[in-house]
Amino acid sequence: MFFLRSVRRQPEFREGMRVMAPMAVGIGAWGLMTGVAMLKSGMSVVESVAMTLLVYAGSSQLAAIPLLVAGAPAWVVLATGFCVNLRFVVFSLHLRPYLMHMPRWRRLTHGYLTADLSYAVFTARYTQPPQGAREEAAQEAFLTGGYFVTWCAWMGMSLLGIALANFIPQAWGLGFAGVLSLLGILCSMATSRLRVLAALIAGATAVAAYALPLKLNIVTGIGVAVLLCFWMEKQFGLDASTEDDR
Amino acid sequence: MKLGDGSTDFWTLAIIVGLACVTVLTRCFFFILDRPWGLPDWAHRALHYAPVAALSAVVIPEIVMTQGHLVSTWQDARLYAAAAGAAWFFWRRGVLGTMVVGMAVYLPLHLGLGW
Repeated sequence: MFFLRSVRRQPEFREGMRVMAPMAVGIGAWGLMTGVAMLKSGMSVVESVAMTLLVYAGSSQLAAIPLLVAGAPAWVVLATGFCVNLRFVVFSLHLRPYLMHMPRWRRLTHGYLTADLSYAVFTARYTQPPQGAREEAAQEAFLTGGYFVTWCAWMGMSLLGIALANFIPQAWGLGFAGVLSLLGILCSMATSRLRVLAALIAGATAVAAYALPLKLNIVTGIGVAVLLCFWMEKQFGLDASTEDDR
Repeated sequence: MKLGDGSTDFWTLAIIVGLACVTVLTRCFFFILDRPWGLPDWAHRALHYAPVAALSAVVIPEIVMTQGHLVSTWQDARLYAAAAGAAWFFWRRGVLGTMVVGMAVYLPLHLGLGW
């Protein structure tokens, strides 16, 4: 929404930018490596640029790369992207009361541009949904300022990475930086014992079922992990939501 | 698209557009419709595990497999890079540090020793 002057005019727009600015370095560096990783994994420049500009979700982009390169069918790539993005579904439930006063196109634009850090910073700054027109405008401007910085850092550095990747020999194996970034995200999501278990089961299943056609080992890994965790919950009386608050 | 040929494929572009739709769908999931609604209980519970499981199912094979087989040698730079990256994460947190430390281990082993 940074293309709307009425939003940019609010003082909270600058405040949101200021709060997000220190994190732009990390986002930019990650974007740079994602750009390099896309090209070094064998995607073309056009595909890499299209993916950067359109998809705008680092983890699902990185997860999709090996699948695209391996020629996995569309539904496997999309299903994997959907599962990797499922955390946003949880965020969207939280954001709903903050955005429902807007028309739909405006909600969808905000939602599309609000990634992990923007969501975290916004909900930390505003613990309650807006009351009245003044607060509505202020919160919208803060959210927009925050994701404006994120978007610029991510786009600029990703495109730079795509441009620089051509000068880096394939043999250096820099595409592995993308895998390492995903590993970092994976570690950050393993916040409870059951989630660690889910990760281990899914990883082991995906390795064991690697010979399945169409990269179905990914979907199989997810399915087996979720079902086994359901079973563990029931067997040991564990509660996923209280475990998460640990 | 096949590995390393670097040419643009229409079907791949179509999948990329699909992934963009997945981004919008997941980020806006609960405020696309005007009326309030909820998920069935099992889907709510699956949300706790599916994201971490999906990432793991993608990441682990990329670290421990070569051309469809489990690595049979310890002389593989990826193993040490991943271990170092994960160790960094649990020591200091931060996705960026995980990648930097992992690559700092990976590049000397991969380029220097050919692992």
